[in-house]
Amino acid sequence: MNSAQTFISTILKAAVALLVAIAPALANADTLSEVAGRYRIDTSSRIGFMVAQIGGGGISGDFKKFSGVFALNNSDISRSTIEFTLFPESVSTGQARIESFLRSDAVFDSQNFPTVTFKSTQITQTGPSTAAVDGILTARGKSSPANFQATLSTHDKNAIVFHVEGKIMRSRYGMDVGTPIYSNVVQFDMTIHGQRS
Amino acid sequence: MLRNDTESYGLLAILFHWIIAAIFMGQILLGYLMVRTSDFALQFSLFQWHKSFGFLILVLSGVRLLWRMANPRPRDIAGMSRMERSAAHLTHGVLYLALFLIPLTGWALASSSPLQIPTFAFNLIVIPPLPLTISDQAEAFWTASHAWLAYISSLVAAAHMSAALHHHFWKKDAVLRRMLSWHSRARTAAQKDTRS
Repeated sequence: MNSAQTFISTILKAAVALLVAIAPALANADTLSEVAGRYRIDTSSRIGFMVAQIGGGGISGDFKKFSGVFALNNSDISRSTIEFTLFPESVSTGQARIESFLRSDAVFDSQNFPTVTFKSTQITQTGPSTAAVDGILTARGKSSPANFQATLSTHDKNAIVFHVEGKIMRSRYGMDVGTPIYSNVVQFDMTIHGQRS
Repeated sequence: MLRNDTESYGLLAILFHWIIAAIFMGQILLGYLMVRTSDFALQFSLFQWHKSFGFLILVLSGVRLLWRMANPRPRDIAGMSRMERSAAHLTHGVLYLALFLIPLTGWALASSSPLQIPTFAFNLIVIPPLPLTISDQAEAFWTASHAWLAYISSLVAAAHMSAALHHHFWKKDAVLRRMLSWHSRARTAAQKDTRS
């Protein structure tokens, strides 16, 4: 092998490596421009939660009634926004006594505070299809920062699906009843279906 | 002093009696009130206190029973009729039984409830549920058993207290006094003898 051949082969290898490295970024750029736009959160979404209890297990369920909108910014993902409202009255756990406890003034006080809202303050891309969503969560009249991790699941021309997870310290919202038997951490596990609006 | 003798109760027997009596009465009152409050948050914490003290009664009563078996039993006070003695012993037996059955049925009701609320006694010790059928019906059965046993036992406890007061104020004998003081008459007499 002469030195010219060695040189060319090195160049080629470097080019392939570079292509492999930037391919996700290019694909991602494509994805972003494809999905950019305004969406409303569809009722087919699922807002699941779990509160662990001492000794194993816990209370899990979901909220049946919610609404929200989000806007994905084409050129700068950090300028994307999301606003989300859920109605704690619609909490569902499969156990009526637990549900009425959650609706009562011991927890959500849904009579006086019918909504729980989340408004993003900053969205940061953390990977090819993941983002961190920081915002302010307001429940029971108390507002406190909260953050969620979103992963893009699927998308087509008019719809997009994210899987969103986050941990909320309920004591920050005056809902620390039952600790330490029930964890202070509420683990949210959500599937957000967005319909282009 | 710690141990019983044939004439009197030792300090430990007396402490067991009064501490368990105080918790028992507190539990009856707590149990009555906690199911009647409409404040869910308060109710939750009252239930947890009730469960914690229930397990405390169960443990204390277990140790108390062992202590009782390892000690002589003071003689019945002289001047009691045979019927009085039988009634007293029966009442004591029923109360002993209640100190085990009431906490156990409480444990059963917490274990069989579909709510499956963990028991974390005094926020210190996780107490596992009993292996029982979990259903609304099972919970209702154990709840009724627990409540009936508790209220019937508190009537028995009231009879026990009345009898003690009757002995003290009417018959003016040592029945109540010897549950308040752990100096045996024999020992006190012996001490006097050595001093003189």
